[in-house]
Amino acid sequence: MSDVATTRAETLAEPVAAPIETRAMRLKNFWSDFRQSWVAVASLVVIVSLLALSFGAPLVAPQDPYNLAMLDWLDAFLRPGTVGSGGYVHVLGTDNAGRDMVSAIFYGLRTSFTIGISAGALALTIGVSIGLTAAYFGGRIESLLMRIVDLQLSMPAILLALVMVAVLGQGVMQIILALVFAQYAYFARTTHGSASVERGKDYIEAARSTPLPTYRVLFKHLLPNVMPPLIVVATVQVASAIALEATLSFLGVGLPLTEPSLGTLISNGFRYIHSDRYWLSIYPGIFLMITVVAINLVGDQVRTVLAPRHSR
Amino acid sequence: MFGFIISRLLQAIVVIFAMSIIVFVGVYAIGNPIDVMIDPAATAEIRDNLIRQYGLDQPLWRQYLSFIGNVAQGDLGRSMVYNTSVTGLVFSRLPATLELVLVAIGIATLIGIPAGLYAGYRPNSFSAKAIMALSILGFSVPTFWIGMLLIMGFAVHLGWLPSGGRGDEGRFLGISTSLATANGWSHVILPAINLSLFKMGLMIRLTRAGMVEAMQTDYVKFARAQGLPDRQIVFQHVLRNISIPVVTVFGLELGSTLAFAVVTESVFNWPGVGKLIIDSILQLDRPVMVTYLILVVILFVIINFTIDVVYARLDPRVRLGGTK
Repeated sequence: MSDVATTRAETLAEPVAAPIETRAMRLKNFWSDFRQSWVAVASLVVIVSLLALSFGAPLVAPQDPYNLAMLDWLDAFLRPGTVGSGGYVHVLGTDNAGRDMVSAIFYGLRTSFTIGISAGALALTIGVSIGLTAAYFGGRIESLLMRIVDLQLSMPAILLALVMVAVLGQGVMQIILALVFAQYAYFARTTHGSASVERGKDYIEAARSTPLPTYRVLFKHLLPNVMPPLIVVATVQVASAIALEATLSFLGVGLPLTEPSLGTLISNGFRYIHSDRYWLSIYPGIFLMITVVAINLVGDQVRTVLAPRHSR
Repeated sequence: MFGFIISRLLQAIVVIFAMSIIVFVGVYAIGNPIDVMIDPAATAEIRDNLIRQYGLDQPLWRQYLSFIGNVAQGDLGRSMVYNTSVTGLVFSRLPATLELVLVAIGIATLIGIPAGLYAGYRPNSFSAKAIMALSILGFSVPTFWIGMLLIMGFAVHLGWLPSGGRGDEGRFLGISTSLATANGWSHVILPAINLSLFKMGLMIRLTRAGMVEAMQTDYVKFARAQGLPDRQIVFQHVLRNISIPVVTVFGLELGSTLAFAVVTESVFNWPGVGKLIIDSILQLDRPVMVTYLILVVILFVIINFTIDVVYARLDPRVRLGGTK
């Protein structure tokens, strides 16, 4: 304790020795490290463009694929590059209902992103709260909570999601809940790991000795210091939530055809796999693959940059 | 040690009971399966008879108790769709799944270990980087999508292999299996490759990490100083040392391969337990859903219990920490 105090006093006496790192500087440092890998930068560009295309779908897509009035059965199964009755080129062809595949993919991507991101955010909130609570209070609460978390981690995510889908049924909310149930444990485990280390440090002891309420110590003092590893977990979990949702929808236990995601589109196209109508399932699949791999590559680079040996 | 085993055993039993209640109550909440199964034109009398026959007129807790009572006698109920005993149904589908899982693990091992060894032996070569990139793809690209590509490529486009289903069964050592016929192999190979990719990625990474570490150890340096050829060092000394963690992790992954078989079996229309559970969810076949889910939970609890006990045996700190 006294060692730390003297070191701090010396630092204060000679401000040049250790420049104070502001938030903006930290962000700038992070970015300059991040762009060392061109693959990661390219992936980031891909993700941002896909986000723009999917959430801007009503503006960008040539057609509203779920407005049945705009669909024409005569346009069904047009090959990629054909001009349909709408007078524009169907770059990726049309499906069995005469839907433009480009439009269907953009709208489907929007559903996939919405579900992946909301499931990730909800799982993050719940997982972090559980992890922080367990690390901060310790004792029986800690062993009970972490025992449950470990048990869930030992089971594959797809299985947990299947249990929840079997219990809850189908629909957007149900799928999000199933994904949260399958994934919160990863956040809880990571938070608990770094929070138990931080908890023993002096600044938490200091914060606890003030009359601050517990939740303030937890979320204002402890949380910011356990954040970095969580960012990595969050990126990876959003990618796997998107992939998991696609898998469930493909299996027919995910989203109904009225609210299609990329997985639903692929599942629909899979029915025509034996005729040579490959474009119904190949193109949504390529978008799904690019999305998931790009997010994972960005996550990989964030992990490298935030790794302890890398920080200054 | 004995106290530790008892406490973990009790925990395992509590978990199984808790999960069985969650699954049972949850599955019950989905809706009335009678509505799905019975012809809407059926008379009220037939309806009432069926409802009574399945015990659906009883309160939930009584249904759960009679379910547990039946389970204790080895009776897991009857499937509402197939009208046969669930136990018989699950066990009749199990061989198909085991075949698939075995072949998949075989492929993952036969390709994954040599690839991982090579990637760790020459970590900076182009082929090593290509292997690692492929293993990342194996991790992140969804299984069902790769399975679909395999069907499109090898079954529809090239026409080399069948696109789904299980082949003819033959007898081998008194066991009836599709692995005993050529036709059976032609059916199993695509789904097995599909199922193996994730494990292969894992295998490559584990082996590579172990190899990179092992090549810097003293025993490899001494073996080299002794003048042994690299081939002999790798296969006689290094492989033996890195095989222990690889085999351990792989054993643990066996359960998750069974879970992933759900996806592959659905894509390739493989008549195993994975396809059975998806069909039963779609058809609201409650007894099958409940049985499958509870059996899998029990399987995972057993795996975890075994790991806990083995680790405690090896590491006294775990044992002491667990019983306090």
